[in-house]
Amino acid sequence: MSELTPEQVKHHIKTYVLVFIALAFLTIVTVAISYLDLGVVGGVVLALIVASIKGSLVACYFMHLIDEKVTIYWTLIATVVAFLILIFVPLSTMLAQAKI
Amino acid sequence: MDIPFTVKNRPDTGLYNGKLGVWLFLASEVMLFGGLFSAYIFLRTGVEQWPTGSEYLDIPLATLNTLFLITSSVTMVMSWASLKLNDFKKFKIYSGVTLLLALAFLVVKYFEYTHKFHVGYLPSTNNFLGIYFTMTGLHVLHIIGGMICIFYFWIPGAKMWESDPERFTNRIEIVGLYWHFVDLVWIFLFPVLYLL
Amino acid sequence: MSAEQHKQSFLTKYIFSTDHKVIGLQYGITSLVWLLFGFALMMIMRYQLAYPESPIPFVGSIIGDGGILPSEMYNSLGAMHGTIMIFLGVVPLAFGAFGNYFVPLQIGAIDMAFPKLNAASYWMYFIGSVIMAVGFFVPGGAANSGWTSYPPLADIATTGQTVWLFGMVMLITSSLLGSVNILVTVIQLRTEGMTWMKLPIFVWTQFITAFLLLLAFPPLEAAGVLQLMDRLAGTSFFMPSGLVVSGEVLTNAGGGSPLLWQHLFWFLAHPEVYVLILPAFGIITEIIANNTRKPIWGYKALVYAMVFLGFMSFIVWAHHMYITGMGTSIGAFFQTTTMIISIPSVVILTALLLSLWGGSIRFNTPMLFALGFIPMFGIGGLTGLPLGLAAADIHLHDTYYVIGHFHYVVAPGTIFALFAGIYYWFPKMTGKRTNETLGKLHFFFSLIFMNGVFMPMFVQGLAGVSRRLWDGGETYAHAADVLYLNEVMSVSAWLLGLAQIFFIVNMIISLFGKKTGEKNPWNATTLEWTDTTSPPLGHGNFEVVPSVYRGPYEYSVPDDEQDFTPQSKKV
Repeated sequence: MSELTPEQVKHHIKTYVLVFIALAFLTIVTVAISYLDLGVVGGVVLALIVASIKGSLVACYFMHLIDEKVTIYWTLIATVVAFLILIFVPLSTMLAQAKI
Repeated sequence: MDIPFTVKNRPDTGLYNGKLGVWLFLASEVMLFGGLFSAYIFLRTGVEQWPTGSEYLDIPLATLNTLFLITSSVTMVMSWASLKLNDFKKFKIYSGVTLLLALAFLVVKYFEYTHKFHVGYLPSTNNFLGIYFTMTGLHVLHIIGGMICIFYFWIPGAKMWESDPERFTNRIEIVGLYWHFVDLVWIFLFPVLYLL
Repeated sequence: MSAEQHKQSFLTKYIFSTDHKVIGLQYGITSLVWLLFGFALMMIMRYQLAYPESPIPFVGSIIGDGGILPSEMYNSLGAMHGTIMIFLGVVPLAFGAFGNYFVPLQIGAIDMAFPKLNAASYWMYFIGSVIMAVGFFVPGGAANSGWTSYPPLADIATTGQTVWLFGMVMLITSSLLGSVNILVTVIQLRTEGMTWMKLPIFVWTQFITAFLLLLAFPPLEAAGVLQLMDRLAGTSFFMPSGLVVSGEVLTNAGGGSPLLWQHLFWFLAHPEVYVLILPAFGIITEIIANNTRKPIWGYKALVYAMVFLGFMSFIVWAHHMYITGMGTSIGAFFQTTTMIISIPSVVILTALLLSLWGGSIRFNTPMLFALGFIPMFGIGGLTGLPLGLAAADIHLHDTYYVIGHFHYVVAPGTIFALFAGIYYWFPKMTGKRTNETLGKLHFFFSLIFMNGVFMPMFVQGLAGVSRRLWDGGETYAHAADVLYLNEVMSVSAWLLGLAQIFFIVNMIISLFGKKTGEKNPWNATTLEWTDTTSPPLGHGNFEVVPSVYRGPYEYSVPDDEQDFTPQSKKV
């Protein structure tokens, strides 16, 4: 990242503007789909998909993740795995309990 | 002797120390907010009744807030890009706008909170409000922390641009990474709390 | 940063230093003081257990009411003993002290990646520990809901619990900053030639430990925030509906879940136990290689086992929650992962044991502690197996068996390793030698009395004696036959305390002893011994920053004139 040329930076700026437009649009989409009646599971899944797309855009382009080397990726993979465990495992104990 | 790779990238990792440091810090922050998201899910699935966001929360206002924060993310990365293009004046402008947008976010939040307190909606009222106040409250603290950092490099710390421009640019990149993360948290917080 | 431009004041040189060695020593001294204090709390508790409702000697006068330990205070001592030993004692010593001091030296770095952040993390630890101390002085005394702070009890407990929570937030933040520092230092500041597979095992263990702390601590910080909200803002995150306390129905909103706390707490607290043992494995490995004069058996196996252990540690936590009614399939999941995680531990212990085979063993004090560690950790690990099996755990959960199990791994396990490290690296940090006779006396008496305290716990636990009982099980018929062991354990504990005097005296007289200035008295191969002075240079550690050409344990290389070959020696 420290070794970017001015031309490369200008190209990045174009990308930032495009991403901003996409994010703004997706925000409207997020609110709009909340008015649809999709049931709890459908609503949650769709909301999380849209949020994940927005989040990925921020991470890849604003945070330059798409230009990074493996070190950051390993860190993030480990974090995502730990995060998913934290979210889904307690939930599964709750759901299993409800079934007893 | 100086500590290596504080400014220049280490070849095999492609990183300077500060950037790796902030990404690791952000990893811990993912787990912090993850703990709270996990709590939200656990609490919500544990009860029969759970209010929808619209019962207590103002969705148009929060949508506006979301747009404020997304825009501030753009202006933040633009302030860094300006430094890469050697345009210190533009950096100052973009940093200032970022701060303004963050302030706008806080102002909206202030109105949201005070309105709730006014009508007797407190964290202790029920767990929905409890988790709402806790998660957005922690997020607000992170916004304030970010604003302090951005302000520091906007005025008092800006003189490093004269003495060590590359290092200064790196610091702005690092603050930017933190700021984008704070935006990222809101991108998930907004639909979860307000829309579901 | 050359030597000339450094006219430092006393404050910046010794108090607010950013030098990793000074900070390591600060962590070391503070944590040793806390270990002693935490030990003292236990000695008081053990008097009550041996001689229930008798006035406590020496401290009876400050306890009040005839010097007899009230049950609430017993609970405080128990909760604080656990908290202090883990968060103020062992982890700051193992990770903050040894990690900060020796990781940069062993990788050939002139300091940690972020020296100022390093100083900040020490001072946050210090402030956190002061906050914890304050807890003893608030109305109601210090936190008394166990180191595990389970709600609903912790939610409604006395003020000390709020103080505990603030202390924990401070300590967790300190730990996070320290983790970031170690991770960046190891990834970015390895000297030329120091590839990942040439790292000393000590550095690997510190690296993995840092990752565990980084990812596992934040959920506990989140839980701490939620519990603070429950206590201070009246929320009901952990409070179920319709809770009755002292005959009165509580008026809070309810709808919360005590199990939520348990999940978030144990998500940290299980990886935490690997945080407690990994640095110990690292220290023991260094000492065994050095004192057998041969390379470690299975370097790669050790690395892969430890990485696998670190990963698995995130998916076993609910084995602390088998009897919460999770359901048999979830219980089976956690039982399976728990059984699997015992495999890397066995690989590690086996590698250390096999490293002794054919070695030219030197029985100095660090090596004695390292040799003691192996069977003691073995007992600790093996006694964990029945606890990991859900069916057996139903009988053993929350009994003295559990206390025996985890103390074996931490006390004659980790703490022995930490003592080993102190004796081993004392000459490097001070340029002086410790007294071998006192060291050996310290070891032998500690070994005997550790077993005296903790072995009977398995007997009591199997008989069904519950933990955290102020009267030691006196009122339970099933405890009658094993009650006599309380006095045995207590006497062992007090004698164990006396045995530490050998250590304290040794440290004092050695610090005032003659400076030998020997660079490498143990004839070791790693960079901190071969390329620095004793102690290492104030700024920058090395006269000339070394490059690395070999692995970390090249002892007894054939055709070499010496029985050790430094990592920095050209091929």
